Amino acid sequence: MNNIIKGKAHTFGKNIDTDQIYPGRYLELVKSEDIALHAMEGADSEFLENYSKGNILVADKNFGCGSSREHAAITLKTIGVGAVISESFGRIFYRNSINLGLPLMVCKGISKFVSEGDKLEIDLEKGIIKNITNNETIKGEKLPEFVLKMMEAGGIKKYYINKNNTEK
Amino acid sequence: MHALEKILAKASGKKYVKSGEIVNAKVDLAEVNDLYLQTIKSFYEMGGDKVYDSDKITFILDHYAPAPSIQSASNQKEMRDFCHHQGIDLLFDVNSGVCHQVMVENGLVWPGMLLVATDSHTTTHGAFGAFGTGVGATDLATIMLTGELWFKVPEVVKIEINGKLNPGVMAKDVILYIIRKLGTDEAVYKAVEFTGDTVKNMGIAERMVLCNMTVEMGAKTSYIEPDQTTLEYVKERTGKDFEIDYTDDDYKYSQEYTFDVSNLEPQIAIPHSVDNGIDISKVKEVKVDQVFIGTCTGGRLEDIEAAVKAMKGRKVHKRTRLLIIPASKEVMEKAIEKGYISTLIKGGATISSPGCGPCLGTHQGLLAPGEVCAATSSRNFPGRMGSTEADIYLVSPATAGEIAVEGKIINSNRPSKEEN
Repeated sequence: MNNIIKGKAHTFGKNIDTDQIYPGRYLELVKSEDIALHAMEGADSEFLENYSKGNILVADKNFGCGSSREHAAITLKTIGVGAVISESFGRIFYRNSINLGLPLMVCKGISKFVSEGDKLEIDLEKGIIKNITNNETIKGEKLPEFVLKMMEAGGIKKYYINKNNTEK
Repeated sequence: MHALEKILAKASGKKYVKSGEIVNAKVDLAEVNDLYLQTIKSFYEMGGDKVYDSDKITFILDHYAPAPSIQSASNQKEMRDFCHHQGIDLLFDVNSGVCHQVMVENGLVWPGMLLVATDSHTTTHGAFGAFGTGVGATDLATIMLTGELWFKVPEVVKIEINGKLNPGVMAKDVILYIIRKLGTDEAVYKAVEFTGDTVKNMGIAERMVLCNMTVEMGAKTSYIEPDQTTLEYVKERTGKDFEIDYTDDDYKYSQEYTFDVSNLEPQIAIPHSVDNGIDISKVKEVKVDQVFIGTCTGGRLEDIEAAVKAMKGRKVHKRTRLLIIPASKEVMEKAIEKGYISTLIKGGATISSPGCGPCLGTHQGLLAPGEVCAATSSRNFPGRMGSTEADIYLVSPATAGEIAVEGKIINSNRPSKEEN
């Protein structure tokens, strides 16, 4: 996994729940390419029109709170979101994202540090976020080693497949 | 150690664990609902063939009960086939009800167990002294494959609640008030324990409401120390042997709060956040199009009873729809036996089959743009129950019953303590 991530920021407010990331009316969809069509639709119905692959989502506190739906992580992973940075995360969304290999970072003060459209560079291992647009740097929380290992394997599925193969 | 830490220690084969530590714990029961065909997909993608232990897995078809579309019907069909193929006998089909009520009624929940489900409201089972926590599909698939899952041992927030509630004030009001005071992210990654004389005097249904809504403060799990009330309920339902581990006297909580609820008014959480609570006497009048009584938060027998009593034989307002969805078939049977369902139908209510109903915006009573709903469910997020341009107000079942009759959210006309 690339531990340096670069991309343009999309900013969101606090308490962006998983219903806003992925509305309940689409929960019956199963294929990830279908799930990808509704990313962030409940928060911003025009999000996908302004989004390019690799862009970074930046949010105020409690991003991903609410329902346990893995669709929320699947939709962001499938459209190729570079990373999500938030003041704090809902814990099930956090686990789901790590499991799928979608990079997340907790960073206090991030919502005031980034404006819509800023270019960011994130070092996941060191926990450093650089705002290239205004040439400033802020420190987030490094991912725990256990979590980083899972991310590096490409998510929990590959982690277990690798582990099984090594043990055999 | 805290009782919850002792549960994780035992499940991970350790003598001692501390908060922040990551442990791999054996799961006593893993539950999958019908939103999560992805669980089965992930299981096979991870190289799964046979599940680790078919007796420790249950499938409950509740979110799309019964199926409203070909796609959801197909997902349920694949789940039934999977259960059959894997020898999973604990399949509760669309006639059963909401998973958290169904598991409890069927004796699948007991003090000291580790229960993991693909549903955020799994915190509910703290009401039984169980460690209940919600996960996504791939985490659950890992349990199906290995019988275990990794957990970070959580810190515990202690909330003491004291005082006798006024008539018409319910557990839902108490938890809406606490979330209003503490915020939606107070307990992220943490566990919440409830204690105090108000909690000790609550029945199981009310305790379940408190624990259920801790996830709306971000909690990973919740806990109420098992007592006589717990044991009476659980022993009637389960044949399982269990031991109760209690919290050590020297355990240090990460935060401690005390609430006196003896003067608490009914609470209403206005759109679009659960911590937007206000006292009912301060609320602005709003016309209500739909009143929804149901879900794992507010669809138990006690809730339906409270609504019926609040309606006092009056009819639903002509401009308003009252939707009643019992949390389980057992709740529905009892509500029929007690005559509540008949009273409600005569009063103008719509009764639907047990399940999650419109709570998560899938079916059975969605909202149009511009509509207002008062609900006994747990979430008033934008678009939660249909249109993003609809408004959801969270209320107790007693308040919901009054709103259904009045056709609007009104300032309280509840009897005060003096009148009682």
